[in-house]
Amino acid sequence: MKKDCEEKKEVPLGGVIHKAGNAHDYVTGGWRKLRPVLDKDKCTNCLICWVMCPDSAVIAEDGKMVGFDLEHCKGCGICAMECPDKVKAITMEEEEA
Amino acid sequence: MATPLTDKKKQVVLTGNSAVAYAMKQIDPDVCAAYPITPSTAIMEEFSSYYADGKVSTELVTVESEHSAMSACVGAAAAGARVMTATSSQGLALMWEVLYIASGMRLPVVMAVVNRALSAPINIHCDHSDSMGARDSGWIQIYSETVQEAYDNLFQAVRIAEDHRVLTPAMVCLDGFITSHAIENLTLIEDGDVKDFVGEFEPKQSLLDTGHPITMGAMTLPEYYIDFKYEQSKAIRGAKEVVIEVGREFGERFGREYGLMECYRLDDADVAIVVLSSAAGTTKVAVDRLRDQGKKVGLLRPRLYRPFPHEEIASALMGVKAVCVLDRADSMSGFGGPLFTDVRSALYGRDSAPKVIGRIFGLGGRDYKVEDAEAVFDELYNVLETGEAGKLTGYITI
Ligand code: SF4
Ligand code: SF4
Repeated sequence: MKKDCEEKKEVPLGGVIHKAGNAHDYVTGGWRKLRPVLDKDKCTNCLICWVMCPDSAVIAEDGKMVGFDLEHCKGCGICAMECPDKVKAITMEEEEA
Repeated sequence: MATPLTDKKKQVVLTGNSAVAYAMKQIDPDVCAAYPITPSTAIMEEFSSYYADGKVSTELVTVESEHSAMSACVGAAAAGARVMTATSSQGLALMWEVLYIASGMRLPVVMAVVNRALSAPINIHCDHSDSMGARDSGWIQIYSETVQEAYDNLFQAVRIAEDHRVLTPAMVCLDGFITSHAIENLTLIEDGDVKDFVGEFEPKQSLLDTGHPITMGAMTLPEYYIDFKYEQSKAIRGAKEVVIEVGREFGERFGREYGLMECYRLDDADVAIVVLSSAAGTTKVAVDRLRDQGKKVGLLRPRLYRPFPHEEIASALMGVKAVCVLDRADSMSGFGGPLFTDVRSALYGRDSAPKVIGRIFGLGGRDYKVEDAEAVFDELYNVLETGEAGKLTGYITI
């Protein structure tokens, strides 16, 4: 059957997003080339990395740094850079292909 | 300053700018952004006097550039406000980026564009290079021949842009100095009748509707972008019907009906000029003179230029044998002006379509006289006699 060229998706007027917080559904972790790896023994839980991560991908629980949300971490390395020089608890490691 | 000298028939004498400012006062929009530029300055200047005198309830935002003016319009329209502004030339050029945002976000901003040449060389006088450059920005464009029409078009533009089938911004264009600064007679509409006609703006969605929180202006990747553009394209195409509806209703209420175009003595014409805005007035004088000599000449003046009413314009020209499209802007394509290419392509492929030539005229305020129009008609008769279009594109008034 001939496909109608003008068959199309329903889209909201003017590109508006009606659902709050749906950026969460967009898995930016797929862009990652370098993965942050935490050395728990070194970490002082200062949470500077949690403040600085542009993607809210550092997970903190009860005031403690517990790891990364790898579905959304893009691997930018800001957390590793911002972790204080005397601590350096985060290293960026090559993702496996 | 516009203090209209009202007589019994409500005939007044105003410049184009004063008439537009007065129309804006009567519309009383929620938000206006103002940044001055010749020759549109007097619009916002007079409007700001109405504002200072408490004659309007508008929030007047004085900004630091036209880029900011259009940005303020976008923000206010996104918040659900009825928004207006005015500009010219370089001012419109500086708004460029934001014009596309207003149209893509489907925000029905209404803007008066007082047509002026673009630099360089710097020039403050009339041509259509400014709005023609914005012809693909997704804005509706309506061109006005007279002060009366500029005044009437503003009310209609509000209705057209805000129609829920359209939700697309609109420019009302009038010729710099020729229309903006010349004083003409016109009939004003009573404030109450304006209010009835334009009604209240009912946004379909608004940032200030806290019951329905939304995100506007988000990024869209290849999965969706073209689908939004498809919807936008459909909406502006559909605006044509709304322009007709609104023009008819305006005529029923106020006795001056408007359509997609004006055809002047075109019905039985052998040759015709197609031209926008005030130059049509000059051309009509030439048409009348030549008609008195028994020559079958006519004029077609598109009023709606975006969306381009290609079917209606082509149909109206089908009985004519040779047409010259006059452009007050050069698209620098090496193939004439934008109106020429649009009209010619609208006619292409039709059996026994007229021969179409294009001439660029009047750039930077160069006079276009009755004699210039007559010379064009002469050239068209030459095309008729020889059966050859000859020089397809070129300049006149040089
Ligand atoms: S690498 Fe970048 S995105 Fe990932 S957790 Fe660190 S700061 Fe956040
Ligand atoms: S910045 Fe370094 S030390 Fe501070 S919480 Fe993050 S990983 Fe731990």
